[in-house]
Amino acid sequence: MSEHHHKETFVTKYIFSQDHKMISKQFLVTGMFMGIIGVFMSMLFRMQIAWPEKSFSIIEAFLGPHQTDGVMNPDMYLALVTIHGTIMVFFVLTAGLSGTFSNLLIPLQIGARDMASGFLNMLSYWLFFISSVIMVISLFVEAGPASAGWTVYPPLSALPQAIPGSGAGMTLWLVSMAIFIASSLIGSLNYIVTIFNLRTKGMKMTRLPLTMWAFFITAIIGVVSFPVLLSAALLLVFDRSFGTSFYLSDIFISGEVLHYQGGSPVLYEHLFWFLGHPEVYIVLLPALGITSEIISTHSRKPIFGYRAMIGSIMAIAFLSTIVWGHHMFVSGMNPFLGSVFTFTTLLIAIPSAVKAFNYITTLWKGNLQLNPAMLFSIGLVSTFVTGGLTGLVLGDSALDINIHDTYFVVAHFHLVMGVSAIFGMFAGVYHWFPKMYGRMMNKTLGYWHFWLSIICAYGVFWPMHFIGLAGLPRRYYTNTNFPMFDDLSDINVVITLFALVGGFGQIFFIANFFISIYRGKKATQNPWNSNTLEWTTPVEHIHGNWPGKIPEVHRWAYDYSKRVDPKDDDSDYLHGQDFVLQTTPLLDGEDPS
Amino acid sequence: MLALFYIFIAVAIGVSFWQITRIMNLRSVIATDKDNATQGKNAIYFMVFLYAIMIYCLIFMNVIMLPESASFEGEHDDNLFDITFWLIGVVQFIMQFLIFFFTFKYKGEKGKKAKFYADSHKLEAIWTITPAVVLVVLIGYGLWQWNNIMDLSDAENPVVIEVYSQQFRWDARYAGEDNTLGLGNVNYIKGINTLGVDMTDKNSQDDKQVTELYLPKGRKVHFKFRSQDVLHSAYMPHFRAQMNCVPGMVTEFGFTPKYTTEEMRGQSEVIEKTAGINKIRKAKGEDPYVFDYVLLCNKICGASHYNMQMKITVVEPAEYDKWIAEQPTLASVIK
Repeated sequence: MSEHHHKETFVTKYIFSQDHKMISKQFLVTGMFMGIIGVFMSMLFRMQIAWPEKSFSIIEAFLGPHQTDGVMNPDMYLALVTIHGTIMVFFVLTAGLSGTFSNLLIPLQIGARDMASGFLNMLSYWLFFISSVIMVISLFVEAGPASAGWTVYPPLSALPQAIPGSGAGMTLWLVSMAIFIASSLIGSLNYIVTIFNLRTKGMKMTRLPLTMWAFFITAIIGVVSFPVLLSAALLLVFDRSFGTSFYLSDIFISGEVLHYQGGSPVLYEHLFWFLGHPEVYIVLLPALGITSEIISTHSRKPIFGYRAMIGSIMAIAFLSTIVWGHHMFVSGMNPFLGSVFTFTTLLIAIPSAVKAFNYITTLWKGNLQLNPAMLFSIGLVSTFVTGGLTGLVLGDSALDINIHDTYFVVAHFHLVMGVSAIFGMFAGVYHWFPKMYGRMMNKTLGYWHFWLSIICAYGVFWPMHFIGLAGLPRRYYTNTNFPMFDDLSDINVVITLFALVGGFGQIFFIANFFISIYRGKKATQNPWNSNTLEWTTPVEHIHGNWPGKIPEVHRWAYDYSKRVDPKDDDSDYLHGQDFVLQTTPLLDGEDPS
Repeated sequence: MLALFYIFIAVAIGVSFWQITRIMNLRSVIATDKDNATQGKNAIYFMVFLYAIMIYCLIFMNVIMLPESASFEGEHDDNLFDITFWLIGVVQFIMQFLIFFFTFKYKGEKGKKAKFYADSHKLEAIWTITPAVVLVVLIGYGLWQWNNIMDLSDAENPVVIEVYSQQFRWDARYAGEDNTLGLGNVNYIKGINTLGVDMTDKNSQDDKQVTELYLPKGRKVHFKFRSQDVLHSAYMPHFRAQMNCVPGMVTEFGFTPKYTTEEMRGQSEVIEKTAGINKIRKAKGEDPYVFDYVLLCNKICGASHYNMQMKITVVEPAEYDKWIAEQPTLASVIK
């Protein structure tokens, strides 16, 4: 594309850049900023759960009018859990994760000079930026930000009489999300088009690294499901502002009967979860793709079952669009639908199990280089298994009845999509940092960061399953009103302490990240001895990625430790080293794997 | 326990500052054999930690769990839960072992060669088919039980009760002699008629409005749920029962109480849990807790969501008949 050398000003290089590498860094830094807000919020409301009546100066300082003597108000508690969920799911794990790595890696790994449309790519980032700004502004609205839960079910989210956050705060939430969806759609379309059309010579679909497959399928799910959320949001705007009754009916509140007739909140639930469930995989699949790449590279082994991995990504993606009803087993929908959704939901266990087993087999008899990126990937497999298994309990409608909306659910989804995806994101940052900034991140800090994070992740979410099984509902400001939950308070204190330590532990990462940008050790061209194309580009970023011609691809991405005689483990490495770049032509008679 | 954690936090913060300043000078960036050895060992230490908290929670948190199902329908839920939980427990223990043990066992060393092993159709078939077979069992049992619970058509002479939700309270309406609830709509809400019952409907006359649920042991209870403002969810954890209350529609759920409140209080699990709770309450100087069934709101519904509850009392049928006879009919209350 842009081989012409136009003069770059500060603005075109760092702000309105159309270079995918710069845009990816913009996504990452914005996502990290939002992540800090989101995690900080969770620390505040965890303090409320652990010590419900205790006064904290930090709460007094941060929550201003929404606290009384250092104790947060119930409205604000709900606002914090709402915005924490929104920010973490959409702004950090969708835009921050997909935005960063799809942008950085798609052109580099398929051998393209840039995205199909640099301008749309820039637009995608700036729409994301605007929506982030609006979401942050909504925190400062007088009545407080949206507080109906991250799912913003009407009528609660539609009626300011029901909760103050459903006034201006909710309006800003909807505006922000609408812009966010536009950003996400533009980005996804760009990714799909780029992967389809701009692969270099020889880069067949079956030679794509698994990262590419994951990002590709993720983009497709996004394009299929995000528009439905947009329409759900628009109808909600109509109900809120223009007097329609899509979701509302027969409501008596604040001493009067409202005019709404004939709508149903269940319709909203269907529309929301039609995105909401695929969203889980929009978050998770890129992390799994990153993990596949990193585990293979750092194990010095080919990923086990490449085709099965692609097949399971596709199966998960397909199933993810027909399971949304498992969030609604007790919503009042027809029980027959519940049966169907139980069936489809539990089927997801099969491709997920295949993925987990394939990761473990990739580790088997490897030569594991335990860099921080590798540890985070292994951590991802661990939390993915732990969180995924409890899905078998929740996906079963008969069992879901009694643990629906309890802390068991919170523990499940935080492990399987929250912690796993964020581990994938960390792994990606540690692994591709040299590609982003031309420098390396410090490994010792990385180790500290990893062990602290995984210990705290399990310290928070493992005990949380059990308070859920004790029947404790989520989103309770305090459970002191129920003596039957009194024996859970100690566990909640322990959970909060782990959460606080884990939250503060992220300082290791942030310090390492920003210091390494300026003072990290200069990276070599291919620091991890990886096979993929991005490591054939020069360390210094240039427009168009490769100085000369785009390299041609001759093999798949996973020829690690390949032997001259593939059947004989004792024979010498092919080409004398334990990796073979994708650009290396096949030898005569070589089995292409 | 708490002090230990505060010390841990202080140490963590101290160590982090010391490490950050020290480490950034080292500029070590790629794992060496020494790192691999250390991190491999760390993986084992972590595995021990993980197993410790997993086993600790599984054993010592048993006492805080909900007691055995108090409804006949919930028995199969408990069964299915036990089967599922044992299954995923075993898989969890094996998988975590493999993950962290392999990390240790196959840590990188100079001169070591990784095995080139790109795929095996046999292995992949095994771990596609095994979960599939196991799932057939889980799905089959699950769906059978789901139909079992959700099918309310076969009950003989059920107790029909409307559970009515609003910010932030629960009310209930018993169907009375005719066992049919009168119609209701928010437009009828006026003064003492807080549930919006249509008093022109002849079925409404003998309905009885109460603020606490009394249920007869051994008789099917057929709940109909309504909400007048936002979504609520009627969650009765001891009976393994939950259903959302949706404005604009009537949702349903049913179960048959198995133990009276008194019988439940005498169960060993409940006695143990109550003792634990009362130990904590005593330390805080609060009144002792006596076990009661409870219905609580489990769908975010506004500021006081956390305090929306209704007491449920299960009694012997004779006692129930006596109690219900004492309640005034709507016709006598709403003139």
